[in-house]
Amino acid sequence: MTDTKKVPAIAMRGISKAFASVKANQDIGFSVEAGEIHALLGENGSGKSTLMNILSGIYLPDSGEIDIHGERVIFRSPRDSMAKGIGMIHQHFKLVENLTALDNIIAGTGHGLFIDRAAARAKISALSEQFAMGIDPDRRISTMSVSEKQTVEILKVLYRGSQILILDEPTAVLTPQEITHLFQILHRMRQNGQAIVFISHKLNEVLSLCDRVTVLRQGRTIGTVRTDLTTTTELVEMMVGRAVDLSIDRPVVQGSGPCLEIEGLSVLDTSGVHRLNNVGFSLSHGEILGVAGLSGSGQKELCEAIAGLQIPSEGSIRFHGNEIVGKSPREIIKMGISMSFIPEDRLGMGLVASMDIADNILLKDYAFHKGPFIDRKAARTKARQIVSQLAINTPGIFHTVRKLSGGNIQKVILGREINLNPRLLITAYAVRGLDIHSSYTIYSLINEQKQKDVAVLFIGEDLDVLLELCDRILVLCNGEVTGIVRASDVTKEQIGLMMAGESLQEKEVVL
Amino acid sequence: MDISLMIALFVASAVRMAVPLLLGTLGESLTERAGNLNLGVEGLMMMGAATGFIAAYHTDNIALAILVGMLGSGFGALLYAILTITFRTKQDVTGLALTIFGTGFANTLGKSLANQNTPPAIREFAQATPLHLPLEPVASLPVLGPVLAFIDTAFLQHNWFVYLTFAAAVVGWIYLFRTREGLHLRMVGENPAAADASGIRVIAAKYVHVVIGGILCGLGGVYISVVNVGTYLENIVAGRGWIVVALVIFIRWDPLKAIAGSLLFGALEIVGFRIQHIEGLSSIPVFSQYAIDMYPYLMTIIVLVITYARKKAYQGPAALGVPYFREDR
Repeated sequence: MTDTKKVPAIAMRGISKAFASVKANQDIGFSVEAGEIHALLGENGSGKSTLMNILSGIYLPDSGEIDIHGERVIFRSPRDSMAKGIGMIHQHFKLVENLTALDNIIAGTGHGLFIDRAAARAKISALSEQFAMGIDPDRRISTMSVSEKQTVEILKVLYRGSQILILDEPTAVLTPQEITHLFQILHRMRQNGQAIVFISHKLNEVLSLCDRVTVLRQGRTIGTVRTDLTTTTELVEMMVGRAVDLSIDRPVVQGSGPCLEIEGLSVLDTSGVHRLNNVGFSLSHGEILGVAGLSGSGQKELCEAIAGLQIPSEGSIRFHGNEIVGKSPREIIKMGISMSFIPEDRLGMGLVASMDIADNILLKDYAFHKGPFIDRKAARTKARQIVSQLAINTPGIFHTVRKLSGGNIQKVILGREINLNPRLLITAYAVRGLDIHSSYTIYSLINEQKQKDVAVLFIGEDLDVLLELCDRILVLCNGEVTGIVRASDVTKEQIGLMMAGESLQEKEVVL
Repeated sequence: MDISLMIALFVASAVRMAVPLLLGTLGESLTERAGNLNLGVEGLMMMGAATGFIAAYHTDNIALAILVGMLGSGFGALLYAILTITFRTKQDVTGLALTIFGTGFANTLGKSLANQNTPPAIREFAQATPLHLPLEPVASLPVLGPVLAFIDTAFLQHNWFVYLTFAAAVVGWIYLFRTREGLHLRMVGENPAAADASGIRVIAAKYVHVVIGGILCGLGGVYISVVNVGTYLENIVAGRGWIVVALVIFIRWDPLKAIAGSLLFGALEIVGFRIQHIEGLSSIPVFSQYAIDMYPYLMTIIVLVITYARKKAYQGPAALGVPYFREDR
């Protein structure tokens, strides 16, 4: 590289990394200029995280070389990477909830025995102002919203004077307005000459924000393209390896009438705080009702209240006109209500990780058997049926669930619930962390249920999907309903405002 | 004996009894702030008590006794650190094993010295009162005289070991809440992944604080055998290590509050000790030897219940008991 040519901020060449027999990265090349926002795209398991973990010093590559601003480097720990001005913002924030923003930002920096908090505060305020962030350095992290926490993470990186910033799916947890704010910050950083690596599944964002895109598939670089010269379709084709139809159907179904009616539902947590406050809505057969809201807005409590796992403090839940508050979870399951809740760690609720697929299916199935003994044969038949129906990629039905990939685990949960032929299907975060192909399989499964006259409560994260898949969308904010709208009548921005707590009075569709 | 002198003497005894509890509590707070729950405090104190006493007995040099006691308990803490930090064994089980190991280790080593007394130079150190006030000129003053006399009897007739222990608590608080390393330590205990991502050496911080914490516990043992009792007895720590584990929760991992907590439990020990010596009282079941031995633990349970009920206060390092491995996701 000669002086006349611009030296890239990051240049990774021939990077390979294997975990046991799995080749996570094979001969990957990746280069980012200073003053560029560069997207890294790829399905799950394509090697994005491994590559970024190598860049941030968490993994040591088996082979390959890394140049940072033209200088050859070897990162043995995050400290090494940080010393070269690389800052990573993880999807799950690495912040200490119990400490203030200031303490989180300055941790690991500076010298000397005592901390000069006044100087640190001044520096943070200056940065916060420069990038229009508006963060009070003396607030505790535990009192902050998700978006504020993310801003603290960015401040932390800027405070260290990092010239390279890696953001791992930063928009997954934000409202559209917060995303706009984040993009403004990133634009300012680009003007400052900083190099930004942006990892996202949302292609629209990638196209609107980034300058170039590098696509990975199965651990290899497929190519780097300029965003002004490409399209979503082309990017998907590069990611998946073939063309994929990205439209989601919304079949019109003439349902057989009301299924679920909820009125004045309130749920308190152990310290007496309202997790759900006076929630009311109705859901008909042959309808998909979407639930939008920032995580922790009461989605979990709503699911659990319907499934009988949480006892509401007030309100009624009627299923086909019968009150189900006070009934046990098993009675509720027998009435035909099925819930598949995919928590963040996927395995926390619903499946027993160390049991095999057949036994996990048996977990819900056995309650319908007669007599004291378990009929394993029926469960095995069902397991085989589900595996083939949903194309679950597994060596067999006696394979431990823990060892399956995320997408396959989710298919097992959803398959089991659908197999019970429910009348009401509650599904939360069904496509969490899934790649494009698996996500679309799940959407069509849910649509199939709708066409079978099942009422579906779909708790989702991606607003684009909610808008396309659902008939109506209910927006939750801090446990309260800020609106129930017809999906075809609203924009993403309107939903975003409702998620942030503004109710959309004039547009509200009362059904 | 007038009542104010009695109270002053009682306080003085409580201060002395608080020393091993305070050292243990400081040590265990430091260990737990690093995210490691070490249930081996009792064992570490035993190791300190035995090795320190052996050195004291053979060398008659307080500095050497302290040093050897630190090495003995430091060795135990290092074992625990290697197992729980590097090999990521279960902290509670490892700590229990350390208690059993430390007690056995100490009893084996100390067997030949059972009921032996410390030699003269050590005894002189233990009985010295370097901060004792020369009160003769002011003794006759109306208010000042008795007040000074009380303060002198209660707080100023102790040896250096006692003063340094209380100073250590203050230094510990400054370290934890005012210094850079202290902030890093707290981050490690709250969220080691976040600390690691901030460039803090998590494993090194854990090792350093677990070993130093263990040494502080061991110093508590040295104080009991070498300084306070002056005679080596089997099982000389007598369960104080377990009280320490509970005290740490009671004082919310805060070295300054540790002073108050250890004084309270030190005073309780003295009360129990005194009651035994009141004629006729020990024949009443609730004041019998066995009941009195039980009270510190009963108090411990009560304190723990109260502490847990107060939900708003600090509930301890969030990553306490969780082993850290960077490549875990």
